[in-house]
Amino acid sequence: MGRVVVDVMPKPEILDPQGKAVAAALSRLGFDHVTGVRQGKRFELEVPGEVTDEVLAEARKAAETLLSNPVIEDVVRVAVADEAP
Amino acid sequence: MRVGVVTFPGSLDDRDAARAVRHAGGEPVALWHGDADLHGVDAVVLPGGFSYGDYLRCGAIARFAPVMGPLVDAARGGLPVLGICNGFQVLCEAHLLPGALVRNDSRLFVCRDQRLRVENAGTAWTAEFGDGEEIVVPLKNGEGGYVADDRTLDELEGEGRVVVRYVGDNPNGSYRDIAGISNERGNVVGLMPHPEHATEPVFGPGTDGLRFFTSVLRGVLTA
Repeated sequence: MGRVVVDVMPKPEILDPQGKAVAAALSRLGFDHVTGVRQGKRFELEVPGEVTDEVLAEARKAAETLLSNPVIEDVVRVAVADEAP
Repeated sequence: MRVGVVTFPGSLDDRDAARAVRHAGGEPVALWHGDADLHGVDAVVLPGGFSYGDYLRCGAIARFAPVMGPLVDAARGGLPVLGICNGFQVLCEAHLLPGALVRNDSRLFVCRDQRLRVENAGTAWTAEFGDGEEIVVPLKNGEGGYVADDRTLDELEGEGRVVVRYVGDNPNGSYRDIAGISNERGNVVGLMPHPEHATEPVFGPGTDGLRFFTSVLRGVLTA
């Protein structure tokens, strides 16, 4: 079984309230080196066999059609998952 | 005059929307998300709620429901469609309206009676208002921040497609205080506040919301 990872991030110009909330909490906990956080999404798509170019192309299409909204998000990575879970 | 009200898994305000249609003098018709048929209705309301639990993004999964196929085609052909709250999010995800709704900048769920200014009384759903008229209807959302790029926002403003705007404190960080917009033709309108909850004197802040529904009835009768 193969796995494709799709990473989606909010566009830089779109306010990310979740990231801001996490950043504020980190600051309260004393993680002083962190000045900002942006929170995105990681999808893991399972496929029955090997991850071929065709599978990757389909995953890219899925990422653009359903997994992300191009108005507010960017698909930053579509790749074969590493072996480690 | 038959007005369809779509129920998705997780819709909450479909019954209130149907009740509002009835109060306005129309006949509400229940439409089911899994049925790719509009059953000959003259207009459609996409109600508020949390379709598919707001999973992935608000409205993102509902937008691919079977009923949305004929609905998108009919909306492009001029069928009046009103998206309220989650319905507005579905219309944006379906690309019938530009932009998107994101989490409130306050990170709080906002529930209050909200003052709005009707900026365009020329749409299918606002014809019974006066341009610039101020109204009060309930607002209740956690992801109601309207966002779009500057070019889109300028286009909306320039073409008079900002239909309603928040008056007073901006409740959710919506760009340019935008509460609702329309498509170019003015038959498709989406807004975050809930006119269907302000249609009877004994419930909610008044009856300002009723005119969204009487507007569409009048338009269809005179069309």
